Amino acid sequence: MNSFRNIVIVLGMVLLVASCADKSKPNYQYMPNMYESVGYETYSEVDFLPNSMEAMKPVENTISRGWIPYGIENTIEGKEIARLNLSPLDSLQSEVNLAKGKELYTIYCGICHGTKGKGQGNLVKREKILGVPSYADAARNVTVGTTFHTIQYGLNSMGSYASQLNTKEMWQVSEYVMTLKQDLIK
Amino acid sequence: MKKVINRNQIFKVLNISVVLFLLFSISAFAQDEANASGGDPVKGKALFNQNCAACHSLTRKMTGPALEKVEERLSEDEGLDREWLYAWIKNSPGLIKSGDAYANKVYAEFNQAAMTAFPTLSNADIDNILAYTAAAPAAPVVKSSEGVGVAAAQGVSSGISNEVILGALTCVFGLLVMMLFLVNKTLRRIAEANGVSLEQENAEKRLPIWKAFAQNQFLVLVTVVLMLLGSAYFAYGWMMQVGVDQGYAPIQPIHFSHKVHAGDNKIECKYCHSSARVSKTSGVPALNVCMNCHKSIFEYKGNAEGPSSEDLANGYTNEFYTGEIKKLYKAVGWDEENQNYTGESKPVEWVRIHNLPDFAYFNHSQHVSVAGVECQTCHGPVEEMEIMYQYSPLTMGWCVNCHRETNVKVEGNAYYEKIHSELSKKYGVDKLTAAQMGGLECGKCHY
Repeated sequence: MNSFRNIVIVLGMVLLVASCADKSKPNYQYMPNMYESVGYETYSEVDFLPNSMEAMKPVENTISRGWIPYGIENTIEGKEIARLNLSPLDSLQSEVNLAKGKELYTIYCGICHGTKGKGQGNLVKREKILGVPSYADAARNVTVGTTFHTIQYGLNSMGSYASQLNTKEMWQVSEYVMTLKQDLIK
Repeated sequence: MKKVINRNQIFKVLNISVVLFLLFSISAFAQDEANASGGDPVKGKALFNQNCAACHSLTRKMTGPALEKVEERLSEDEGLDREWLYAWIKNSPGLIKSGDAYANKVYAEFNQAAMTAFPTLSNADIDNILAYTAAAPAAPVVKSSEGVGVAAAQGVSSGISNEVILGALTCVFGLLVMMLFLVNKTLRRIAEANGVSLEQENAEKRLPIWKAFAQNQFLVLVTVVLMLLGSAYFAYGWMMQVGVDQGYAPIQPIHFSHKVHAGDNKIECKYCHSSARVSKTSGVPALNVCMNCHKSIFEYKGNAEGPSSEDLANGYTNEFYTGEIKKLYKAVGWDEENQNYTGESKPVEWVRIHNLPDFAYFNHSQHVSVAGVECQTCHGPVEEMEIMYQYSPLTMGWCVNCHRETNVKVEGNAYYEKIHSELSKKYGVDKLTAAQMGGLECGKCHY
């Protein structure tokens, strides 16, 4: 009977230790300073900054390297001006650009606009987001310029994608959208 | 405990069946009304979803006004007839320019968001759409919720049967234990009655076993060595897991389900974690990325087959998820009523899960864009994770193992082609692993 009690005690202790392992807390660390950096890490919390956020918008009037200004405003008139805009990308490189554009389109646009540009992406098929138009819609008269303009600023329910794509990538996607439109019209 | 769960499930089944019944009855009414107004609401729904739903909802203000019973509302409040609606839908900018009073009023009220002209819609099409806005057909909804009932019922029945079987097994086990004790007791009693003493028969003459053990020095030595080795083994094992956060699943301020987003809706990982393509960190998406979709998706409607019994047991109901979307709106400062940003935002304090120490360098873009490694290789089946957790140990051994086993992706990479051909000649192999390309050099990750 004695040994039985011992086994129970040992088992109980093991259970006690095991129950301390809480998956919502990080494990012990040898040298926490190497994990919780003294320097400011991406998205870390910093006391003296507004909202204690390390992630901040760039200082006003600064531009990042490789940034190209887009002079057209987000208005209805602006969109009409953009309609005549042509892609600044090298047309000799169009194969590379279209391949890249297709890859990016699949990630960012296909989920609503559909891989063929008909407006039948997965979110539309599942009736999460509705009313996504086809690129071939004659009334919209989609051009490479308006596509870029819409990616840059968003339109109605569609948000701006300027934070996820850089200028060159937006043009690559716009060029790919034009090939989709050509295929749809055919 | 078990009984309470069962009762909840039974109540849910009851609720669902009541809802089902109501839906059927509503659809019957809807059908009747629609036929009276001229125009096919079913065709109208398809047209509405395709052309209007990006900016209009039936019941909510979106980019444009709510359209439920729009015709009735316009004729009663503004005295406008269907002809006006034809003109507006086919060419709203033209109508605004012509100086129509109500057209200009609506245009101004909705922040001068120009409605796309739909010259391609015929009058019959518009009739159908108006029939739909007058009385939305509920038929497809019924179909999907029928699925809910069936699925839920199946889930409940299988749950009950499992629990019943387990309960029965426990009972049988308990009975067996009790029987053993009773038999033992009775046997002892019989032995006592017969005058047989079971214990302490030959005990006195023998040396107690632990004393004999202590006197045998060899045995003591062997035991001590074994115990030392054993404790060293466990101590080593315990120390090796210090700093390893495999399985770490913190509670996040907003219950973001990767299962719903990446699994059910099949949104690409890189849609939200876009900087994984181009930078060192994969990036927690800023809330504007959430709002790309959640400007339109204001409530969680779930799958066509409805929430699984497992989700329900965890409390992941549609209302629960909708509440989480409201948390997002609050953080980003989105005013649902007026469909604009209030400018009052507060940061969402996400808890970081994956964290490498500062002495190790890791670059996402090198792995994602150059090597073309799937996100799931390191992060596990994220599309199945309701609560995100760390899948891999992120130890050095784990990194090195992968570098030893993975071949370098040279296709379409001119730089790698050259170095690949030279190195493969040197090593005499066809395909180089990341390790042979220098992926094991200390300075690659520690500098």
